[in-house]
Amino acid sequence: MSFINLKEKVVQVKIVYYGPGRCGKTTNLEYINKTYRKQIVSEMVSLKTHGDRTLFFDFLPFDMGKIKGYDIKIQLYTVPGQVKYNATRKLVLRGVDGIVFVADAMAKQREKNIRSLNQLHENLQSYKESIFKIPLVMQYNKVDLKEHGIPILTTDVLQKDLNSRLKVPHFEASAITGYNVAATLKKIISSTVISIQKKLL
Amino acid sequence: MNYGIVSQEQLEQIDTILSDKLIKLGVDCVIIIDMAGNIITAKDNGESKYDVYSFAALAAGNFATVDAMAKLVGEQEFSLLFHKGQDSNIHFSKIDDELLLISMFGKEISLGFLRLNVVDVIEKIRQLWNKK
Repeated sequence: MSFINLKEKVVQVKIVYYGPGRCGKTTNLEYINKTYRKQIVSEMVSLKTHGDRTLFFDFLPFDMGKIKGYDIKIQLYTVPGQVKYNATRKLVLRGVDGIVFVADAMAKQREKNIRSLNQLHENLQSYKESIFKIPLVMQYNKVDLKEHGIPILTTDVLQKDLNSRLKVPHFEASAITGYNVAATLKKIISSTVISIQKKLL
Repeated sequence: MNYGIVSQEQLEQIDTILSDKLIKLGVDCVIIIDMAGNIITAKDNGESKYDVYSFAALAAGNFATVDAMAKLVGEQEFSLLFHKGQDSNIHFSKIDDELLLISMFGKEISLGFLRLNVVDVIEKIRQLWNKK
């Protein structure tokens, strides 16, 4: 749940990047951190293992400017993707306002994407949130691997696997090159802000 | 309890409580956060320059982890946490299921004295919510 400070006119919005292990959640945040350095006052916080895998979460706050006189502070989080870390994944989802589901477009990851999305559904239920109601954007990451001859899933297949019932906005992306990282971010921010506005009215 | 929107009046009352009871005592910085990592309010002595937003995210994560550990050993909760450093210390205390009070202070304040005041502050904030 977003927190609105009426005294200082600040709205804090929590957006979580969710997805299976090694799908590129942290890479998304790293790209945003690098590209929008000017808008970001803080350092990106990463709690990771020695092997550079996310242990708890990454955190990146940035200012989006003002809407109707209110300062919008966007807080981006990632969850640890590894299967064994579901307890910590759940903790990060607490109070979430919007979610980017990062799917790995590599053909061999097909099942892991589906399993991760199902778990997201369950985890949200434990907070009495619904995956069908919360602002959500799908990102099909790693499309650049096609050029390197690595088999990847087509968007049609991914749409059928992950988005046939949810019917949320989706983007093909390549977090490492930055392709559609900003587009994904813009979409989730606008959906989330609209949803918060609706809740308030 | 709906804490999603706190009125200006309530925030000002909370700020006054924090200033009177903790900042005047010599605490460097006090933050109230929710368990999602949002800052409800932050007060400091004017000198400390902490990155309170990152701090809130980490503190919420930290507290949530400790909460999960409490459940593992059969406790309902560990309602307070204390980290001791060379020059600065951090004290975390639960206000209720959603809110956390964090105080950062130096070595010139004794932990016992701080804790007494924290208990007082929490009691006053709870009264404030109940009044609503």
